[in-house]
Amino acid sequence: MPLRRRLDWQAATVRRVETKTPTVKSFFLEPAEPFAYRAGQHVDVRLTAPDGYSTERSYSIASAPETAPLVELTVELLEGGEVSPFFHEVVEPGDTLEIRGPIGGHFVWRVAEGGPVLLVGGGSGVVPLMGMARHRAAQRADVPMLLFFSARHWDEVIFRDELLDLEARGDGFSLALALTREPARREADFGRRIDGAAAMAALARLPAPPRVAYVCGSNPFVEAATAALMEAGIPAPVIRTERYGG
Amino acid sequence: MATRGFFGRRTPPELADRIPPGQYLEEGFPVLSAGPTPHVRTEDWSFTLKVGPRPVKRWNWDEFNALPIGKMTRDIHCVTKWTKLNTAWEGVLVDDILADAGIEPPTGYTLAHAYDGYDTNVPTADLVGGKAMVALRYEGAPLTADHGGPARLLVPHLYFWKSAKWLNGLQFTERDEGGFWELRGYHMYGDPWKEQRFTGD
Repeated sequence: MPLRRRLDWQAATVRRVETKTPTVKSFFLEPAEPFAYRAGQHVDVRLTAPDGYSTERSYSIASAPETAPLVELTVELLEGGEVSPFFHEVVEPGDTLEIRGPIGGHFVWRVAEGGPVLLVGGGSGVVPLMGMARHRAAQRADVPMLLFFSARHWDEVIFRDELLDLEARGDGFSLALALTREPARREADFGRRIDGAAAMAALARLPAPPRVAYVCGSNPFVEAATAALMEAGIPAPVIRTERYGG
Repeated sequence: MATRGFFGRRTPPELADRIPPGQYLEEGFPVLSAGPTPHVRTEDWSFTLKVGPRPVKRWNWDEFNALPIGKMTRDIHCVTKWTKLNTAWEGVLVDDILADAGIEPPTGYTLAHAYDGYDTNVPTADLVGGKAMVALRYEGAPLTADHGGPARLLVPHLYFWKSAKWLNGLQFTERDEGGFWELRGYHMYGDPWKEQRFTGD
């Protein structure tokens, strides 16, 4: 859906900060002018120094659209970064940040679009996918959805407890973890990177082949994961990707 | 509005005037695309020049590589905020493609088409006069698939989503028709120096 209106910068107040993993925090922002957003969209953030120097970054929205006006941005700390250390070390409730959004019209999903839906995330690439899983739960939808989520360690699985809870609802959402630096802890999980065989095994948990697949993570992750999905028989036109990092 | 506690990292002054507003300097070469990377073999590759629906000329890989190969070293700017300086490309100028087809620019607008179904619009004036090329090599080596190989469009003075990867044709159009991202809220022109990221910017 084309965006017709202009996207203006506006102030957003930080209402809450939550530590998700040792290197990941969520920031709950309340924009001065609330906006509706779709699961998978992102916002731009503009930071300005006292001398007028400013820089911008894009962050995916982790919260469900049903959570608006609050916008949850989940930020991974990147050593030596210009912006993520600022988020992690400086930002606290009551601060004001400049944002504009929502942005993005491709890597988005609505319950009405149906499924089955396959979500594949690597590390903080899970953030926009979390918005989709939460949207599904908020709508009490029974669209089959599988999140195949790769992280190095069990303790680095962002949103882990919430994802386990979502799966425990037994309403058609399932979670498969691929831990790359330690053995699997659950029968449904994998103690290796996502490859074609793992994709095939995980996909068996959907009642039918996915109608749409969303893959998000670093470029090497997305390259490997999309290759694995295609090896498992998923046609390229079904797969949407979002890549980040340099 | 100053952001409490933010001081930022300054671009070295000698480079500062090469970084458009809102951008930061990137040393790597990030990859962004809307779907899986197509792996197009050069023996299967072709490039088609069209005026409206009508094909004017089609080149296979060998024919296309026999066109004059030029070099271009430019700064590039991605709408996701990174800027990379001094990227070195080799390829065929759009001017030389038109010359080989024996035509002058027939309309004011162009759609670039790609193997994955991606498309993007660029005013024809921004493609000719030495401003743009179909790039075949990057930093002295064949363009890799994740960076758009075998061939990508290079329009370095516009945001980089205009430089379509996996290019398989240029189509001249009567009207300025939005492409993949332009129909999803991104700017029809995309000048990084005017920060034309989204519709209305």
